[in-house]
Amino acid sequence: MELFQGKRRNILPGFGLSMGYTVFYLSAIVIVPLSMIFFNTIPMGWEPFLHTVTAPRVLASYRLSFSTALFAAIFDAIVGLLTAWVLVRYRFAGRQFLDALVDLPFALPTAVAGICFATLYSPVGWLGETFAKWNIEIINSPTGIVVALIFIGFPFVVRTIQPVLEEVEQEIEEAAQCLGATRWQTFRKILLPHLFPALLTGSTLAFARGIGEYGSVIFIAGNLPMKTEIAPLMIMSKLDQFDYAGASAVALVLLLISFSMLLLLNAVQEWQQKEYR
Amino acid sequence: MLKQPTPESAPIIKKRISDPLPVQMALIGLTLLFFITFIFLPLGLVFAQAFSKGWEYYLESIREPYALEAVKLTLTTVAIVVPLNALFGVTAAWAITKFNFRGKAALKTLLDLPFAVSPVIAGLIFVLLVGSRTPFGSWLGEQGIKIIFSTPGIVIATLFVTFPFVARELIPLMEAQGRDEEEAALTLGARGWQIFGKITLPNIRWGLLYGMILCSARSIGEFGAVSVVSGHIRGQTNTIPLHVEILYSEYNFAASFSVASILVFLALLTVGVKVTLEKQFQKNSFHH
Repeated sequence: MELFQGKRRNILPGFGLSMGYTVFYLSAIVIVPLSMIFFNTIPMGWEPFLHTVTAPRVLASYRLSFSTALFAAIFDAIVGLLTAWVLVRYRFAGRQFLDALVDLPFALPTAVAGICFATLYSPVGWLGETFAKWNIEIINSPTGIVVALIFIGFPFVVRTIQPVLEEVEQEIEEAAQCLGATRWQTFRKILLPHLFPALLTGSTLAFARGIGEYGSVIFIAGNLPMKTEIAPLMIMSKLDQFDYAGASAVALVLLLISFSMLLLLNAVQEWQQKEYR
Repeated sequence: MLKQPTPESAPIIKKRISDPLPVQMALIGLTLLFFITFIFLPLGLVFAQAFSKGWEYYLESIREPYALEAVKLTLTTVAIVVPLNALFGVTAAWAITKFNFRGKAALKTLLDLPFAVSPVIAGLIFVLLVGSRTPFGSWLGEQGIKIIFSTPGIVIATLFVTFPFVARELIPLMEAQGRDEEEAALTLGARGWQIFGKITLPNIRWGLLYGMILCSARSIGEFGAVSVVSGHIRGQTNTIPLHVEILYSEYNFAASFSVASILVFLALLTVGVKVTLEKQFQKNSFHH
């Protein structure tokens, strides 16, 4: 219904009020508090800052958070694609029930998820018992952290792939089949490239969430120095010692990682929009 | 986000190309296996542990004074946080979707910022801003105002963490609806608040409700951020998730899971409400 092309003029009332309140509230709740990280890090000076964030224990925590979040995101990408495929393409009893439960990790408090997985995988737990027989340790190990992060990140992947998969024109697949492609070839060569941007977006979201995750991880991780201490926990322990500058320094690096992930994601989404238009 | 109805989702029966039955069975089986280990077993475990010492103990655990105090604090937090963030969400969505201005994309990115911040950092920034060891915090302390390690601290940290929920739900919805209806009302002589109350609000009510439910769910369950600013004083600054943590770390598993079962129940309720609202949403837009 755009009769007049070009820029639409703003004719509705309330721009000043709504914009003013938005900027004020955003500054008060988000921008000013977040800027405290910078104000507490800058007076430290470059040398002590580097010294803090490259201390062996801190570096180990970054490495741990980064690698466990990465493994979990990769696992989520696979299971998320599988789940989205099954939910969109197949019809079976209980499908809608499973579909609804995909959101559970969003809705369930992280601490509850944490104590559940810690109990489930403890050497006397329902699943931990079996793993203990095979001498696989899950709690107090990076594997446990990955398990918790898989749970947390799972819905991000499913919910970004689902709408894309629903809109795929099945005619394309039919055409591929008519031309003699097998089902697997159709999937690999036609569907997967089409789904790839959404898959990447979803798993990046899961990854970014995983790096900062705290509640679901600390119960299962055991928090052993140099081994299973995640980066957010390092911030926590520096705070407990009232080392505010140190806590800010560790937080700053973590923030920069998360923000660059999101910027990367924006770039991917722009590329995705150009590709499919 | 609530699924928005598309013309495609109208009941047109399409013949689907399908995979061979064995492939279908195998893939459904794998999905089920994942759901069992990652969703059903944890849920089952909560209730098994909660009732491991019987009904009596379960009821006692959720009715003891500290648990009740935790519930009260959590409800207070929700009652303050959700209206404030809902008001903000509606205002921000109005500004962003009803007007053209420079820097809109940047503003939208800034709104999502709290999602990219670790919960622990969300708590940390308020300790740095108003903690008792900061200049501003010690000045507040002299005036007798305590923020960190008390209820206001829990409220502002929760405000930060749940900041984007309502706005995020409303912006895509209002963008899809456009401005034509509001502009038509304007030309017919309606005033600003009339337009908002009679046109916009009814149009966005399900999205707004869902945003508020997500915001409440996160406010109830937030752990990391609240854990930093709370100080863990039993009966005073313990929210429900913090109470669960304390009981768990005291090896009182039955009580811990009993209190956790309330949170699980609320989470299942949130998921159920989403499904119901989506159905409502689909129905409404077809009657349009």
